[in-house]
Amino acid sequence: MDRGLSRVLFVDLSAHRAHVEERPELFRARLGGTGVAIELLHELCPEGADPLSPENPVILAVGPLSALFPLASKTVALFKSPHTGNLGESHCGGRSAVALRLAGYGAVVITGRSDIPVYIVIEGGKVHFRDARALWGLSSSFTVGRIIWERESGSGFRSILRIGVAGENLVTYANVVAESYRHFGRLGLGAVFGAKRLKAVVIIGKGRVPVADGPRYSRLYRELHGRAVRSELFKKYHDLGTPQNVRPLNAIGALPVRNLRENRYPDEPPFTGERMAERYLGRRLACAGCPVACIHLAALREPYPDEPFFYKTTFVSYDYEPIYSLGTMLGGQDPEGFLKLMEAVEHLGLDAMSCGVVLAWATEATERGLISGADTGGLVPRWGDYGVYIQMARRIAAREGELYDLLARGVAAAAARYGGQEFALAFGGNEMAGYHTGPGAYISHLMGARHSHLDSAGYAVDQADLREGRKRSPGELARALFAEEARRQVLSSLVVCFFARGLYDLGTASRCLSVLGEDWDGEGLRTLGEEILRRKYAFKVRAGFDPGTLHIPARIAETPTPFGALDPAYLREAIAALEALLVPSE
Amino acid sequence: MAKRLSVVDVDRCVDCLLCAFACARRFGEGGLAGSAIAVRSVGGMERGFVVIVCRACADPSCMAACPTGAIRVAEVGVRVDLERCTGCGKCVDACPIGAVFWDGERGKPVICRHCGLCAQFCPHGVIAFVEVPRG
Repeated sequence: MDRGLSRVLFVDLSAHRAHVEERPELFRARLGGTGVAIELLHELCPEGADPLSPENPVILAVGPLSALFPLASKTVALFKSPHTGNLGESHCGGRSAVALRLAGYGAVVITGRSDIPVYIVIEGGKVHFRDARALWGLSSSFTVGRIIWERESGSGFRSILRIGVAGENLVTYANVVAESYRHFGRLGLGAVFGAKRLKAVVIIGKGRVPVADGPRYSRLYRELHGRAVRSELFKKYHDLGTPQNVRPLNAIGALPVRNLRENRYPDEPPFTGERMAERYLGRRLACAGCPVACIHLAALREPYPDEPFFYKTTFVSYDYEPIYSLGTMLGGQDPEGFLKLMEAVEHLGLDAMSCGVVLAWATEATERGLISGADTGGLVPRWGDYGVYIQMARRIAAREGELYDLLARGVAAAAARYGGQEFALAFGGNEMAGYHTGPGAYISHLMGARHSHLDSAGYAVDQADLREGRKRSPGELARALFAEEARRQVLSSLVVCFFARGLYDLGTASRCLSVLGEDWDGEGLRTLGEEILRRKYAFKVRAGFDPGTLHIPARIAETPTPFGALDPAYLREAIAALEALLVPSE
Repeated sequence: MAKRLSVVDVDRCVDCLLCAFACARRFGEGGLAGSAIAVRSVGGMERGFVVIVCRACADPSCMAACPTGAIRVAEVGVRVDLERCTGCGKCVDACPIGAVFWDGERGKPVICRHCGLCAQFCPHGVIAFVEVPRG
């Protein structure tokens, strides 16, 4: 393994100082990414720490495959989540993983709180602390990126991670935006940045990554590249991107519509990958090191109302999850309205998924008379009314008044005050992902290692079971979820994108490690995945997570899944079985 | 017939950097330090990219600028004699398209040799290895 990977950069924002520690044993034992980051989090996050206090560390980590193999394009962030109060984990593509590896680090740990807003630049073995007071409060995260891009225009490969006003204002599901169109989306990393007065992190890398066996590395790369570009996945995500999922999920009745009152659109949804591509697709982008190019940008051409023949064309990134949360969940019929809301959410720096679920709850709560114009400041949310939703998103980011202040903490917080818990679609404090596929999806939401869409092994297990007509007992489902989640911990420690999970079976992963001089067999990796998963769960428990107290909103049992109506008793039984697997008996 | 690398359709570029990584693998290594091809955005990723690589000039500015004669014209493109190169960097300044890269760790220039490896890994038809017309 190259020495650079085992170097951990510690940045102390309180003192405006940084230092490096070599941790070769840690990286040898836990690979990198999630495996290393969870150990650092256990070490560095004091028990009982307030997620928005200076002591909560932000840990960014890459792994041995980063910048070296196809689709090894993700950076893992671990922190204590201000949204759930326990484990925060988010993965981001773009250029960050390559930049961090080439800057010569395996991980960065950011602690403390700056006296003034700053952004930091990690470059050439140094950390620069730059005054960001003039960037604080800028209405668009895009503008922040643009300014920093111009200002830090030296040579090298750059990644710019920044927050919007939602992060500054500590909205507990504020995100961190990378390269304009990728995100550390979930669980509030943006608020942790905001609490540290950290506006952005610039990572500049230009180094080389030595490889133990160069000729074998080149041959293996060629083989994996060939497999990647010939795969079904490549075609699926290259052509339409993740929104290709809209049509099949709608067909099986697994697409959450109107706050999950329905599970499909009666006709073709207005936001299918096919329709979006035909009408709006303007450009595709890739993360560094990935041939797939799943990032799809819509070109939105809008006339100015005050002057004829005056237009602006903006680019808005669209993916399956925002289409679900800001599109179908809000009962949208108008793709342009959806794109405008998406754009606003990007500028504000909100997690699109949580934001959509919050707006869906507010719409239903309005219909049921739980909240009124007096609470909303005169705005009346109605299904598909994007003009109102955009204004509400802005007020959430600004935390204007009691309702928006609560909505800025998620649907669970809002429902605790105003009612409507039965249709407040949060699980363990985090808003649901776009898969009403069956019991697996919800157990993953409730118990999963990472409350996010891609780590939710549940929907994948559901869909495989559905295809094969299999019905599992709660214990069998728990075992399947445990095995799949454990395998994904290996992927996120290597670190490769979960879209590459078909490419990197454990045997292939061990071959990759072998050309890097690391000796792992498939069984060793499998066991490691289980250990990492248990360490993550242990952090959650340490932070107060208790599966016995989990609230299951009635709505998910009312609207049928492709497996029929969900049985909460079945879910509880599977949760207990999964807990037994996650907490090893001594 | 001799071939050279050519940027055939830059508008298809998705910024995956597979070309630049392929270039580094010539030496069996990862990263971008030894890479002779680069992709840069033209001011915001949504506006597209430029691919920067040697055009194999007939009368290369880099060669003219080299004070030690370390750069010489080859059948296609140029070759750098690293023994003769003093690392002065004048070649970098001389190339108007920025295609002479700098290996900061070694203090030497890096210029494309037109081997075509990168083109084999471009998934989207941005670059190609094409025959050089004679004459």
